[in-house]
Amino acid sequence: MALRVLVGCKRVIDYAVKVRVKPDKTGVVTDGVKHSINPFDEIAIEEAVRLKEKKIASEVVAISCGPKQCQETLRTALAMGADRAIHVEVPEPQSHTLEPLGVAKIFSKLAKEEDAGLIIVGKQAIDDDCNQTGQITAALLDWPQGTFASEITVEGEHMKVIREIDGGLETIKVKMPAVVSADLRLNEPRYATLPNIMKAKKKKIDVKTPADLGVDIAPRTEVLSVEDPPVRQAGSKVEDVTELVGKLKSHGFV
Amino acid sequence: IQDSSYLMATLQSYRRLAHHLFRRGQLLTSSVCCHRQQRLLTTNPLSQLSEDEQMLQDAVRKFRKEKVLSRVREFEEAKDYPSDIVQALFDQGWLGIRIPPEYGGPGADFFSAVLVIEEMARTDPSLSAIIDLHNTLISGTMLDFGSEEQKKKYLPKLATSMFGSICISEEGSGSDAFAMKTTAVRSGDDYIINGSKLWITGAHVAEVFFVMANAAPEKGYKGITCFIVDGDTPGISVPRREDKLGQHAVSNCPVVLDNVKVPASNIIGGIGDGYKVIAAVLNEGRVGIASQMVGSAQGVIDFVVPFTMDRKQFGKRLFDFQAMQHQIAEASVQIEAARLLTYNAAKLNVQKQNYVKEAAMAKYYATEIACQVALNGVKWLGALGYMKEAPAEKFLRDIIPATIYEGTSNVMLNTIASCIGKEYQ
Repeated sequence: MALRVLVGCKRVIDYAVKVRVKPDKTGVVTDGVKHSINPFDEIAIEEAVRLKEKKIASEVVAISCGPKQCQETLRTALAMGADRAIHVEVPEPQSHTLEPLGVAKIFSKLAKEEDAGLIIVGKQAIDDDCNQTGQITAALLDWPQGTFASEITVEGEHMKVIREIDGGLETIKVKMPAVVSADLRLNEPRYATLPNIMKAKKKKIDVKTPADLGVDIAPRTEVLSVEDPPVRQAGSKVEDVTELVGKLKSHGFV
Repeated sequence: IQDSSYLMATLQSYRRLAHHLFRRGQLLTSSVCCHRQQRLLTTNPLSQLSEDEQMLQDAVRKFRKEKVLSRVREFEEAKDYPSDIVQALFDQGWLGIRIPPEYGGPGADFFSAVLVIEEMARTDPSLSAIIDLHNTLISGTMLDFGSEEQKKKYLPKLATSMFGSICISEEGSGSDAFAMKTTAVRSGDDYIINGSKLWITGAHVAEVFFVMANAAPEKGYKGITCFIVDGDTPGISVPRREDKLGQHAVSNCPVVLDNVKVPASNIIGGIGDGYKVIAAVLNEGRVGIASQMVGSAQGVIDFVVPFTMDRKQFGKRLFDFQAMQHQIAEASVQIEAARLLTYNAAKLNVQKQNYVKEAAMAKYYATEIACQVALNGVKWLGALGYMKEAPAEKFLRDIIPATIYEGTSNVMLNTIASCIGKEYQ
């Protein structure tokens, strides 16, 4: 079964970095700040590579949309085991206005071009928390979707997806080709081993532009301002349960 | 300028100078281009890493924080590293970094090894010591001096599953390594080795031993020869482990050789090449130790500085006292200087240039300042610094022996002075 898996890898500010808002309130500081692969996308790559190791997938293609530095993100994906990568180049400052709709259009175009049987993306990016790209991609392709996946099992032409929902876990069956969005507990990503980092140097990264794909990535929304959340007010200590209940009552919570 | 002939002479000499500078400029440019073509050192400044080097460092950082940090004391208590940690190191390709892919290794360069050693030391200097030893003195010896047959036999195992030890020091010969008494006597196609080695690192887990023995004592140090002795060879034994102040998870043991018979084909290099092997691999080993120290000192700072920003006395953070700031700043300068000495020595090695002086400088400086930083780290924590509850005291204990092994600080200073003497001869 020649299953080609496309995996979306977004380059985001590293999760450990303390994000700072720019003084002009147009966004957050990105210059000179450490960036890495979106953690949920890392989980997506890991799942795709595992499918290849189980001989279910035949090829894993990592995709990233954004400025030149996205190739670093793609090289991480290659070092984890992806076979090749596609960088859809969107230079700065345009890359800052790239929205899930634009990315989804790019993914769906590439899915057709690459004859993909499965697309795995992270459930959301840790910078915008949109949680839309996977769903929009599925809609544009008219493919079924298994979002917030904590486990996927390929069974012939179908896939069983266990989804994390508010009430617990939901199991669905989707027909392939399909789109999956990876949730935290889907797997634990491997560390890029040194042999794989060395091998990744020889793997191919194709560079395309949205124009090459005939995709319109103009934003449909405009960011008006970005601000820090309000400073957290200090709490107060209570002596005992009686005082606690009293305070809850006086604040109108009970 | 007095007259036309003087003018001509002056112009001629300027032209020669210009030509000379132009040629030098050309040479510099071509050597820079040459370096770029080698793709080993892609960036200036010294501390800036290439994309792949950054990826490697990130992988080690993730590993040490997620898999090692919470278990450091457990490993120290067990005086060993469990198989899951050891196997992970092998799987990651961090043991045997320079071993080429045709022998089952990652085929990266010595600078990559230095990065792994440094990064791991920030959490556990002992684990870093193991990575350092395996990459420099063990797989380095086989890689740089082994015959094709020996490399095919040992490198794949060294890259994936096997530890080794190198046996140089004896009870009567430490700094004076060439005064060793272990002998190798020719017997047909074999050699019979007799002697006793001391302080051998990692001997309790080693499956192969590179033993330095003198095969021609009448020639003095020029008879020293490096022999491969498999761990299951009759006559070689590791009678006990030493009880030490620190680096508990790493073993140091005597290794006894009682009529150990090895074939002549087990000689690494040639008869009498032992002193060359020692000189070459210890050079690399010194840069590895320097790297271990840079990482360890950094590990001290990583823990202690946030503490000083949290701990308040007399109404202000410890970090806000000027004396503390000066001490912390000074320590940071020392670490940065040590790091740059180490990185440069490593890069000279990668470029196959002479780096004896730089290696000695890096080892001397990094080990000595690491001791100072670690001791200061203990003091900055106050009483907590003395408690096993905090990591500072372990860093101090693990760091101290580095000023001694693979060439003491005094020997390093001797080496540096000797190099300077040659420069100004």
